Amino acid sequence: MRYEAPTSTREAIALMSGAKGDAYLLAGGTDLLVRMRGEFIDPDLVVDIKRLPGIQEIRKTARGFSIGAGVPCAALGRHKPLLRAWPGVVEAAQLIGSDQIQGRCTIAGNLCNASPAADSVPALVAATAKAVIVGPGGRRRLAVEKIITGPGATSLGKGDIVSAIELPNRPPKSGDAYLRFIPRTEMDIAVCSAGVSLTLGPRNVVKQARVALGAVAPTVVLVPKAARAIVGTRLEDDALQRLAAACEAACSPIDDKRGTVEFRTEVAGVLARRAAVIAYERARKKR
Amino acid sequence: MQHDSKFTNQKFKLVGTRVMRPDGVDKVTGRARYGADTFAPGQLVGAILRSPHAHAKIRGIDTRRAEKLAGVKAVITSADLPDLTDGDAELYNVLENCMARGKALYDGHAVAAVAASDAETARKALKLIKVDYKVLPHVTDVDEAMKPAAPIVQPRVRSKYRPGKRTNVAGVTTYGHGDVDAGFAKADVIIEKSYKTEQVHQGYIEPHACLASVGPDGQGELWVTTQGQFAFRNRCAALLGMEMSQLKVTSSEIGGGFGGKTHVWAEPVALALSRKANRPVKLVMSREDVFRASGPASSTSIDVKLGATRGGRIVAAHAELRYGGGAFPGIWGEIGAMAAWACYDIENVRSVGYEVVVNRPKVAAYRAPSAPMAGFAVESTVTLMAEKLGIDPVEFRLKNAAREGTRASYGPTYGPIGIVPTLEAVKKHPHMRARLGKNQGRGMACGFWFNFGGQTCADLAIGEDGTVALSVGTVDVGGARASLSLIAAEELGIPYEQVRCNIADTASLGYNDMTDGSRGTFSSGMATIFAARDAIEQLRQRAAKTWGIAVKNVAWKDGKAIAKGKRKSLTLKELAEASSNTGGPISGHNQVVADGAGVSFASHICDVEVDPETGATKVVRYTVVQDAGKAVHPDYVEGQFQGGAAQGIGWALNEEYVYGEDGRLQNPGFLDYRIPVCSDLPFIDTQILEIPNPNHPYGIRGVGETSIVPPLAAIANAVSDAAGVRMTHVPMSPPRILAAIKSSREEQELTR
Amino acid sequence: MKGIPVSTTVNGDDVEFVCDGRETLLDVLRNHLGLIGAKEGCGTGDCGACSVMLDGQLVCSCLVLGAEAEGREIETVEGMADGEKLHPLQQRFLEHAALQCGICTPGFLIAAKALLDHNSSPSESEIRYALAGNLCRCTGYDKIVRAVRAAAGDVRRQQKARARRKAAAQN
Ligand SMILES: Cc1cc2nc3c(=O)[nH]c(=O)nc-3n(C[C@H](O)[C@H](O)[C@H](O)COP(=O)(O)OP(=O)(O)OC[C@H]3O[C@@H](n4cnc5c(N)ncnc54)[C@H](O)[C@@H]3O)c2cc1C
Ligand code: FES
Ligand code: FES
Repeated sequence: MRYEAPTSTREAIALMSGAKGDAYLLAGGTDLLVRMRGEFIDPDLVVDIKRLPGIQEIRKTARGFSIGAGVPCAALGRHKPLLRAWPGVVEAAQLIGSDQIQGRCTIAGNLCNASPAADSVPALVAATAKAVIVGPGGRRRLAVEKIITGPGATSLGKGDIVSAIELPNRPPKSGDAYLRFIPRTEMDIAVCSAGVSLTLGPRNVVKQARVALGAVAPTVVLVPKAARAIVGTRLEDDALQRLAAACEAACSPIDDKRGTVEFRTEVAGVLARRAAVIAYERARKKR
Repeated sequence: MQHDSKFTNQKFKLVGTRVMRPDGVDKVTGRARYGADTFAPGQLVGAILRSPHAHAKIRGIDTRRAEKLAGVKAVITSADLPDLTDGDAELYNVLENCMARGKALYDGHAVAAVAASDAETARKALKLIKVDYKVLPHVTDVDEAMKPAAPIVQPRVRSKYRPGKRTNVAGVTTYGHGDVDAGFAKADVIIEKSYKTEQVHQGYIEPHACLASVGPDGQGELWVTTQGQFAFRNRCAALLGMEMSQLKVTSSEIGGGFGGKTHVWAEPVALALSRKANRPVKLVMSREDVFRASGPASSTSIDVKLGATRGGRIVAAHAELRYGGGAFPGIWGEIGAMAAWACYDIENVRSVGYEVVVNRPKVAAYRAPSAPMAGFAVESTVTLMAEKLGIDPVEFRLKNAAREGTRASYGPTYGPIGIVPTLEAVKKHPHMRARLGKNQGRGMACGFWFNFGGQTCADLAIGEDGTVALSVGTVDVGGARASLSLIAAEELGIPYEQVRCNIADTASLGYNDMTDGSRGTFSSGMATIFAARDAIEQLRQRAAKTWGIAVKNVAWKDGKAIAKGKRKSLTLKELAEASSNTGGPISGHNQVVADGAGVSFASHICDVEVDPETGATKVVRYTVVQDAGKAVHPDYVEGQFQGGAAQGIGWALNEEYVYGEDGRLQNPGFLDYRIPVCSDLPFIDTQILEIPNPNHPYGIRGVGETSIVPPLAAIANAVSDAAGVRMTHVPMSPPRILAAIKSSREEQELTR
Repeated sequence: MKGIPVSTTVNGDDVEFVCDGRETLLDVLRNHLGLIGAKEGCGTGDCGACSVMLDGQLVCSCLVLGAEAEGREIETVEGMADGEKLHPLQQRFLEHAALQCGICTPGFLIAAKALLDHNSSPSESEIRYALAGNLCRCTGYDKIVRAVRAAAGDVRRQQKARARRKAAAQN
């Protein structure tokens, strides 16, 4: 197996698009090395992106935040403005694995690994995050939900590299939250999860909302009906019930070693309800 | 020499203190060498090819391409491990488990192995081996395997379950006394309940690892992580046709075993590879291999029937216990049947154990093997009965607890035992009166373990500077060297620091049984005391010789020889310094069959919080009360209590082997085989009781195993208190608890 | 197969090695550099027995390629003691009997040091969550958490003493 750590993006794209055999990008490696070890993949070439220019930076831009694809999740929590604007995205990213994993794993890797249970993805989708893609065809921007096409499958072409994840600026009185269910307190993969992002209008009525669910379908599910259930409300009980019901209806999970269809469906609703309440409280406390 | 092993109730100076362990610095600085931590010149890397099928006929294995790969030095199949077992059925099972012989019996069963110059070459070589499988129908569930139409796992199995016919039930054993039917006829209340527990793994953090070296001269060495170097030597020598004394086995530091390292798995394969390649071979199992192919504990299915009078006296008890032993017959059902009712004094009691063979890895001992599952069923039912009778569960247990003189359900009559004292301690414990929060509940349960003694041998050599080298043959799984040094120092009357305890290899000491059955400190402690007394005998002789008086006039006290009329005493150091002129080196020795391991009891209290919307359970408080006989080193006794409780908590809540329809293990890794992590647990409070074992000079009982027995039922009882649902299936995972909560809610709505 | 030459720093020493592309940092430490303190409990990031510091960041060395170590700084358990003087964590682990078999100990020591380096007054809960990536099957974690708590006290005392010395030097 060949290992390359290019220092220019052009070189990285050339390596990946010119590769014969199986070539993989390496960010934190917390998925890639596990899959190599389990003999699920046997790469001929691994291209480490961590030495590319700017890849390890979190930048504040006019549009919002740009998080380099090599930034380990541990660094997200240390970036105070990001944490203030998008606490739900940061907490989702920081649920991934242990402190050891946090030191390596990236949200770009979490996204591109395309696991239905990826923790940061529902929060990113709820947050209308975009992926910046550089590749043989140039540079483009794509909503994160457009990247994932199925379990382990993405819409990225040969030589495409996600160079950053972008999060927009926050209107006032906005909040987001992410919750997942795991059997232990740490170190598990989500059995089901929910990300909620919302903005309040006058008198703290929900003006705008996005609700996304994880691990309940082949890909992350955006549930507009659940969002509509809480828009125009102050999260009264019946609104929350409608939100939970809409979430349950949007689930099409499987039975597996981590959970049953019934459990995932029911608990996804519970989590969405709880996450909405947290997001709402966060929005209310903001000016 | 005969020794008196009776408890003497002496006052201890050192035993019972919390000294630093001698192997500690090595272990906090990264110097200690475990199974994978040694290297030999010219060593090869061994790797094993495993069956992806739960049950398959092996029609052929083509190793030619692997053999041709540059860097491959040996490829072996079962043909390289010929059958030398000579009708020994148990040994044949071990042989067949090490390498499939014509049939793969479970997902992960070894079918071939390679030795290559490096790991990458070994990995490639495995991929080049082509195995022609014919997949057969399989069965992994205990109850399914007992049905007449079930696929037969082992055609050679016969038992009285279906006389003369092929069956997966390899044995049926019954224990008990009295007339159970008559007993139930006298009962005012009878409860019948069925339980299931899923398969769990010991989950030691260190995978199996060894470095094997065998030469054409028939001599060999094996460095290995094991709970018993002597047992491994005997097994490996027998399987490879080597002479016992030609194979030297050294136990490395061991990174956890809990019973799983009492069996050989890959070691005979490593030796066979080394023999064929004529080079040392290092073989380290991956975590996936550990889960798929080293012995987990049984999965079980248990029915319990309990009858009591309105006054709270148990009058009859019956249990049927079906234990899945993996692909080979075991004794797990029998042990479960023996342990099931051991906590109680019951006039009419019976238990029947079934040994069921299934297409899963060969089961190995796991800390108080078989007792936790039986305990789960029995202790859940006992609490149910107490509730039904309206009696406090602790009081109900006290009314029925076994005492000195009680005839145990498995046969013997108990001497002084600790169940009543642990229950009394629980009753008084502040934990029992602490306030519970919302969605919280409390449960308690008792547990029992037999403990074991067995063959033991120890050497104690006194250096000329008066320091002592103690050699024992029981592997130190976590602090035993400190405890045994304390015992030697106590007996000799010298400071702890002057003793160094060493775990001997098989070439340096006589045979010792393994560190299992909680026997390490009990039995090696006994041999150490006697070896020290043997040395004291010589020290007195040397003193007598120096003074020119009769030996009988010399006494040994506080590390010194003293005699009437002598103003000066002779210290151990002085006697040692002079030893070359008084008869040569001074050493003590002992070999003993350490009988009389006292049985052990524990009672646990547990508070849990159950999230009614998700079924998630968190243990919020936990207390262990257990009888230790005598706690030689209280820190490590507490550590055993805490570690066992934590394993039991994991078992109760989240640990389980998940098999797919295809009979393959779905979760062979720590990500989805969920052992408790640090944030899952509270501090685990402990209370050590000391009810001396009358059969040990220091009153010691085994302490290592009992603590894993009560947690399953303690948690089930607490969950019932917190969420109003009685869980009969372990693990009580969130989906199972949530489903139970939902169906109980639906039931309540129906009956309203 | 061509090996990859790598220059790196381990416990302050310059080190060079040649590794295969697939080899992990853990493989390299153990098999090429003779540093057996980091252990392989799983090889997949789940147990933390292989924990080391990489450029000041706690990582599982089983999930880092050896080749990635080029130009980096690595710290392992072998570098924790200061000559004969044990690190407070090492000392407290011994005093509190925070190890039974000890296979998990190097990983716990490194992870706990990573915690105390940035937070010398962790709560029980902070300790437990910071150590959640390290599995111990022997102890039930009780004595480990107590040992870390005690070591945190030592570290705070050391910090205060250092601050006092600094203040005294300035006066
Ligand atoms: C012990 C453990 C616990 C874990 N727990 C969780 C958890 O709780 N929640 C969770 O969601 N995940 C978990 N994971 C999985 C993993 O850590 C995450 O998915 C992580 O975010 C992956 O990021 P990475 O940078 O390590 O990805 P890598 O392993 O480097 O890459 C993952 C995949 O994405 C591709 N890739 C990486 N970067 C790019 C890029 N910039 N452009 C295009 N393709 C790219 C790679 O080629 C690879 O196929 C866990 C893993 C382990 C080992
Ligand atoms: S060996 Fe690296 S985490 Fe287990
Ligand atoms: S002390 Fe054995 S795993 Fe922690």
